Amino acid sequence: MPVLGSRWNSGAVDKAERLSAIAFALSGKVLNAARLVDVLELLIRPGDRVCLEGDNQKQADFLSRGLAAVDPGIVHDVHLVISVLGRPEHIDLFERGIARRVDFSFSGPQSLRLAQLVDDGRVEIGAIHTYLELFGRYFVDLTPKVALVAADAADAAGNLYTGANTEETPAIVEATAFRNGIVIAQVNELVDELPRVDIPGSWIDAVVVADRPYAIEPLFTRDPAEIDDVTILMAMLAIRGVYEVHRVKRLNHGIGFDTAAIELLLPTYAEELGLRDEICTHWALNPHPTLIPAIESGWVKSVHCFGGELGMERYIAARPDIFFTGPDGSLRSNRAFAQMAGLYATDLFIGSTLQLDRDANSSTATRGRIAGFGGAPNMGSDPHGRRHASEPWLALARADDGIARGRKLVVQLVETFRSSGVPTFVERLDAADMAGKAGLAIAPVMIYGDDVTHVVTEEGVAYLYKADNVDDRRAALAAIAGVTPVGMERRPELTNVLRAAGVVAYPEDLGVRPSDARRSLLAATSMADLVRWSGDLYDPPARFRSW
Amino acid sequence: MQRIVVERAGGAPVTRRAHVGAVASGNLEVLCEPPAGAGARITVETSVDGYEPIWRATLERFLERNPIAAAIEINDFGATPAMVSLRLEQALELAR
Repeated sequence: MPVLGSRWNSGAVDKAERLSAIAFALSGKVLNAARLVDVLELLIRPGDRVCLEGDNQKQADFLSRGLAAVDPGIVHDVHLVISVLGRPEHIDLFERGIARRVDFSFSGPQSLRLAQLVDDGRVEIGAIHTYLELFGRYFVDLTPKVALVAADAADAAGNLYTGANTEETPAIVEATAFRNGIVIAQVNELVDELPRVDIPGSWIDAVVVADRPYAIEPLFTRDPAEIDDVTILMAMLAIRGVYEVHRVKRLNHGIGFDTAAIELLLPTYAEELGLRDEICTHWALNPHPTLIPAIESGWVKSVHCFGGELGMERYIAARPDIFFTGPDGSLRSNRAFAQMAGLYATDLFIGSTLQLDRDANSSTATRGRIAGFGGAPNMGSDPHGRRHASEPWLALARADDGIARGRKLVVQLVETFRSSGVPTFVERLDAADMAGKAGLAIAPVMIYGDDVTHVVTEEGVAYLYKADNVDDRRAALAAIAGVTPVGMERRPELTNVLRAAGVVAYPEDLGVRPSDARRSLLAATSMADLVRWSGDLYDPPARFRSW
Repeated sequence: MQRIVVERAGGAPVTRRAHVGAVASGNLEVLCEPPAGAGARITVETSVDGYEPIWRATLERFLERNPIAAAIEINDFGATPAMVSLRLEQALELAR
């Protein structure tokens, strides 16, 4: 047992001092919500590293609003570590001088304000991380002194129930609690008995009942009504040109209408192709409502989730054979484990992007915004090291020398133009010019071209992993890049050679007729259809209801 | 509004009239009918100005893939080149 005050135990001494300073506001582990700002002023010292739980789904917004209200004369120069700088008060922290430095992953809604603050010299960006990298650094050199997290409910002992939206709470709390940091959890309610314990109370220093339930966004809900014929054509090409060719069983889908269309074609188009049980059986995926028809049709064996999705709770609880659920029946999500699964256990990642260059480097960073990427750079990468040799992974091995390893399939699914006049394929990524301006060590590239194995557009599929050299690789990409600047470099004679070698496939090479791409192929064409498929168990948020 | 015309000589005439798509945001309508003379003539009316080279490249590639004789009218409301190409293919499917 270490002795308090010994030279090996300064962290515990510090923690004990800080907790005694806030004891006045605590009753057991329950913190008086009315004293939150006072408590934060006593607890957090200038220069402290503070983790605010905020991701692209749930946000500890009661605590972040409290932190933004402290006196910057007392609490200043905080080093904020956070997954998603998503709320206005996150940026207020820097405007008010409470925080000075940030390490984060994604800043979607606040990306313009963040870029402005960087220009004004009000914020120092440590780095833009991927989720896994940030979680990893919590256990190495970015361990929080104070973590402010969110849960659905707590009991008096501080045990937490995080339910369907467990997400990254366990990773943050573990890194903080086991290094003598202080963990405060905001909860929607205090109860006598929790449905299940997601985080043990001995890891938690204080719980506080929030003024309203934590903020959460239905980020993965895509209305089938908005899927157009071009998106359906691209989904048909992905199914025939990638999933069917490589027998992709274990996979992750990015966020977006392109992959939602694939999910909605499984019980119809892919079923007619006889692909049931041959593709798309095991998923690392958020609970996408557009996967409901495939689940109900018996296509899906299992789904492990990064986070929850508003409205999907009852449906998931009624499908415990498919989803990871607790003894209480509700979903258990875990972002760190799902990211790990996406890296090492899946055959394929497929997702969209805003820009691709001729080497297939991809970025969603565009001028004037510092948006970051969240999990995509990990999901959209081949971790290169040893892993289990699944059939699709092994099929991408290039050499046959007895030692060759395979590759994870990393697929970019993009329309050649994002809108009329805005090409997806560009000669130079906007990201290439952004690093210097934002004081970043590296350009904000989302997925590096050398990890990309396939690119699918409405024009066809480029099997980049099959190209023998960089010229062929660029020619293969140009062959499906339409009338973009990259696509105008297409040379018909070389394209024919690449088609014959199977490096490029056009729709007719894959048995896809573009004129067949119609909305009637979708298993559901509206939110109401998804609700019907679910047997009325799916309960979409109001903004997605037209009835 | 901008008007763009692309013509190409020769090709097999389409036999029927066809109409696909609708003039709605990000969409377009395509009317395809047998030609008055020989060759193909595509007339575009677009609500978005300034993208004539992209239109010409898109339409010329379509006619290269499909050497037809036809009179085609396009009314565009900001569709992407992918949507333009797909609607042309759909119209041709019905008109052949």
